[in-house]
Amino acid sequence: MTDMKRRIFLRGTLTTGAIGMAVSAGLITPRMVLAAWPKTAFDATSVDGAVNSLFGSTTLTGSNKIKIKAPDIAENGAVVPISIETDIEGVESISIIAEKNATPLTSSFVLGKGTEAFIATRIKMAKTSSVIAVVKAGGKLYSTGKEVKVTIGGCGG
Amino acid sequence: MASIKMRATLGDDGVTTIKILISHPMDTGLEKDKKTGNTIPAHFIQEVVCEHNGTNVLTAEWGPAISKNPYLSFRFKGGKTGDTLKLSWVDNLGNSDSGEVTIQ
Repeated sequence: MTDMKRRIFLRGTLTTGAIGMAVSAGLITPRMVLAAWPKTAFDATSVDGAVNSLFGSTTLTGSNKIKIKAPDIAENGAVVPISIETDIEGVESISIIAEKNATPLTSSFVLGKGTEAFIATRIKMAKTSSVIAVVKAGGKLYSTGKEVKVTIGGCGG
Repeated sequence: MASIKMRATLGDDGVTTIKILISHPMDTGLEKDKKTGNTIPAHFIQEVVCEHNGTNVLTAEWGPAISKNPYLSFRFKGGKTGDTLKLSWVDNLGNSDSGEVTIQ
């Protein structure tokens, strides 16, 4: 990370409380602040690669307790509304994967104790493919998928 | 707060529903500027954290495949009317913003 970028980063984080203060006091470097962001998982070019990098395992148990709400046909791949809900107990995290994107992992959500197993967001999809929800609960990985037809891709090109 | 629009509503069932809109380009780094032909560098939010009374209710890790001007909604138990929720985000260029809202 160049010195210039570091400056910008410092300015940006000064307002974010404890972490910002720790950075400005030189206790932790900017790189460490974002250490939690799973770069290799987001850079992975396959579903297995992303899941393995994120969870250290590719063993997914299919589950009909996970509901994915997504359009059957997305006219604009740049904005595909997705919501995921499950009644599996003790959900720790929910990840959303677009199978045929160049880098399939779109997002991963770590839930707090009182947080319900429900997430709604909007993702970009390059082409028609499955949207896969991976739910981590009790150390196990559950998944389900839903096909979304994309008429115009949303990842440039 | 300028980039964040957030609403938190407490339902009769004791569940707080949070809806968030953030204004951010979320550039993937793959798209080209139509006028110049130059590639637009990647610029996207990587992490969004939501806290209720100092406790994390949600940590979102995002890649560039979250749509421009991201929308996010989720629900949690344990919130009360008037409680403060804090939201903050950091992007891949080190920019950040945060905002607060009270539960209604």
